[in-house]
Amino acid sequence: MVDLRVNFAGIKAPNPFFLASAPPTDKAYNVTRAFRAGWGGVVWKTLGEDPPVVNVSSRYGGVGFGGQRLMGLNNIELITDRPLELNLQEIKQIKRDWPDRAMIVSLMVPCDEASWYSILRRVEETGADGVELNFGCPHGMSERGMGSAVGQVPAYVEMVTTWCKQHSRLPVIVKLTPNITDILLPAAAAQRGGADAVSLINTVQSIASVDLDLMAPTPTVDGYGTHGGYCGPAVKPIALRMVADIARDPATSGLAISGIGGIASWRDAAEFIALGAGTVQVCTAAMHYGFRIVEDMIDGLSNWMDQKSYPDIASFTGRAIRNYVHWEDLDLAWKTIAHIDEAACIGCGLCHIACEDTAHQAIVPRQSGGRRSYAVIETACVGCNLCHHICPVTGCITMQAPAAQLPRQTWRDHPNNPLRREIDPA
Amino acid sequence: MSTIISPDICPAMPDVAAARLPPALLIANFADVHPPLSLDQSAIEAARCYFCHDAPCVAACPTAIDIPGFIRAIASGNLAGAGQRILSANILGGTCARVCPTDSLCQGACVRRTQQNQPVAIGALQRVATDHVLARAQATGSHPFTRAAPSGRRIAVVGAGPAGLACAHTLSRAGHEVTIFDAKPKPGGLNEYGIAAYKMADDFAAREVAFILGIGGITLHPGQTLGDDLDLASLRDEFDAVFLAIGQAGVNALTIPGETRANVLNAVDFIADLRQAELSRVAIGRRVVVIGGGNTAIDAATQALRLGADLVTIAYRRGRTEMSATGDEQTWALTNGVALRLWSAPVAIEGDEAVRAVRFARTRLDTDGQLKLTGEHFTLEADMVLKAVGQTLAKHPPQMDACPLPQIVGGRIAVDPLTRETSVPGIFAGGDCIAGADLTVQAVEDGKRAAAGIIGFLAAGATPHG
Repeated sequence: MVDLRVNFAGIKAPNPFFLASAPPTDKAYNVTRAFRAGWGGVVWKTLGEDPPVVNVSSRYGGVGFGGQRLMGLNNIELITDRPLELNLQEIKQIKRDWPDRAMIVSLMVPCDEASWYSILRRVEETGADGVELNFGCPHGMSERGMGSAVGQVPAYVEMVTTWCKQHSRLPVIVKLTPNITDILLPAAAAQRGGADAVSLINTVQSIASVDLDLMAPTPTVDGYGTHGGYCGPAVKPIALRMVADIARDPATSGLAISGIGGIASWRDAAEFIALGAGTVQVCTAAMHYGFRIVEDMIDGLSNWMDQKSYPDIASFTGRAIRNYVHWEDLDLAWKTIAHIDEAACIGCGLCHIACEDTAHQAIVPRQSGGRRSYAVIETACVGCNLCHHICPVTGCITMQAPAAQLPRQTWRDHPNNPLRREIDPA
Repeated sequence: MSTIISPDICPAMPDVAAARLPPALLIANFADVHPPLSLDQSAIEAARCYFCHDAPCVAACPTAIDIPGFIRAIASGNLAGAGQRILSANILGGTCARVCPTDSLCQGACVRRTQQNQPVAIGALQRVATDHVLARAQATGSHPFTRAAPSGRRIAVVGAGPAGLACAHTLSRAGHEVTIFDAKPKPGGLNEYGIAAYKMADDFAAREVAFILGIGGITLHPGQTLGDDLDLASLRDEFDAVFLAIGQAGVNALTIPGETRANVLNAVDFIADLRQAELSRVAIGRRVVVIGGGNTAIDAATQALRLGADLVTIAYRRGRTEMSATGDEQTWALTNGVALRLWSAPVAIEGDEAVRAVRFARTRLDTDGQLKLTGEHFTLEADMVLKAVGQTLAKHPPQMDACPLPQIVGGRIAVDPLTRETSVPGIFAGGDCIAGADLTVQAVEDGKRAAAGIIGFLAAGATPHG
């Protein structure tokens, strides 16, 4: 049996699957259902100062692809629209009812020390396990000088983090916005401020779609729309890169990371953990299918860890970072060639037309035994991998590396590189 | 899916009567057998298409409809564009969506069948797109195709079935004037008279003809039979070219004793009457024996059951693999409750004035593949027999005085495989009267090719008069 328990920046939980700060964690009713379903922890929907904000109707824009709903989800909802005291009472009660689960409270108040001091005191009284500073929300709050308006300025990130560490004994997690050129800057700022961890990514600034009848961005509110925050499976690759950069950089590699962004399965979670995340946070997938999705996340991750002989989460946290290198460290001499399994081929021709029109003219149609099949011209194939991704049959096109390869050569020492490093002839 | 309810079996024979079922049940039994896909259903199905390059489904379609192209248009919500793509290759795409044996054509070739034994529902998707275009044309009184400048040339088309209509539409687009002659009171050919009613519900054949004629430049003369009211020589004189799409007006006989007894009918006549009459006025026996193994036998048998017959048996002298009815059609008949008696050759129709039974000889294949009688016999009670043992060019070859006759080979008019021109210059032929698959979609392709042949013939400055 593998051990899924985590100790994340001092916050303990029975598994690494947390619900992100969002509508699913807005009130006791939902969080109780989530804990009953098996979630290891929650980040309570962001609290602010009274009077509470007011939300609009409607709030979400969905992006489907190829007949699937919610490849991406965009929202224009703000932080909690319930009174602060009501949220605090419920947090306290839930923590009492579910002592083994992680209860993290997301916070967003104006950028002055007194506001942060005040709310931190009240959160501590609930018995919550930690706080997450919402420096990421890209709409509505940022116009008021909060959310991503803070997260986009590293000096503010550092300043507020410092206040929080000074005024609270709770672990402080800084939630980072991806709406910034270099994620390492706010991550390093959080670290300088004393943050125990960072969580990322918050949502990406977006317009989900345009209603071509109303001629307005979606979601529309009485015929008008605004930009919102994008999440769901579509943003996962963006999130993975940012998590990996923080985990790889020597300056920030000491920060604990809670991975967020399109996580819908145990496999997604394992990828974030392999790139350095100690826990993961989920929102869109739960909003799409309900809390029961955590069952297969727990079960699938356990089975995979068992199969790979990883006894616990820490044993593979960051394991892929050593193989996440800079481009100039890749071996330019190493080759793979596409190989098509004729028996598995269903004859759709997509590999051929993709290679013919958009790549290297390395796949040709041919007749074999009365049926059409495709063959790779090995001398023309550059091993780009496009056909492998297009082929609808799993395992039909594989990339095969010839046993005999040329000696390793990277861009750093390639003759075409004007800035190549000199190789010592000795 | 409609239900079939029959009253208790009554022993009195012969028992042939109309209105065996209450009117509401008859309507349900003959309603659209595959109702159109909803928008959601078509979106889900369209998303299954891989958009194959040089797609196998297109190669399998006699009219080479750009199937991946129209399905992609459906997926993007471009129904008008999808319909236009289909109809530009096959103006009878609406009928083909309903009646094509897709399991042996496009859907049989679909790579999704290879991968998961579940092809994309191409026929159903094609119906969504063509229904959209036809409905819009009907609502707006417009037509999605335009005509070229008038050429001043006139072409006679004999037969207003799929081949004739497709040829006429193509010629009209090219700016020619077309006159269609048809023997029946209504145009449409087998679409109007020869296909099971539940496949062409809501008067679709007539609506489609109206749509096709909506392009203009086509004049229709019903009730004109070649050989009786028309002669080929006059047509050659009067028109710049002639297209024969006369189908197969004759039917084969069983040539067994008792064939003339009452209630022994040709299946094609039974189906034609059913299509034109009030359902509650169509008489049907309680025990019906259908003789034959093609799609006509299937249509006759299934409709007999749906009219309220108690027991319908298709008797065929060979096995299922030799039946010309497609696998899907066979399954359809069996699902409806039709009984199948294979390896059974009719030898006599018994009874008095009317049929009471059919006597069969059992058959088998001998070692060299010849059909042989086993010497065993059996008898099926029947108060109605429907003969579906194939059709022929015509009862009597049309008289075509003072005009060379197109050459006939194997009972069909011989044509050039590319142009569909007969042995007589300026006279072209297509559809079921020439050799080839007797399918609507093939007839449409014949009509298209003949139209191209005629356009080339006219452009070369030739006339049928030499």
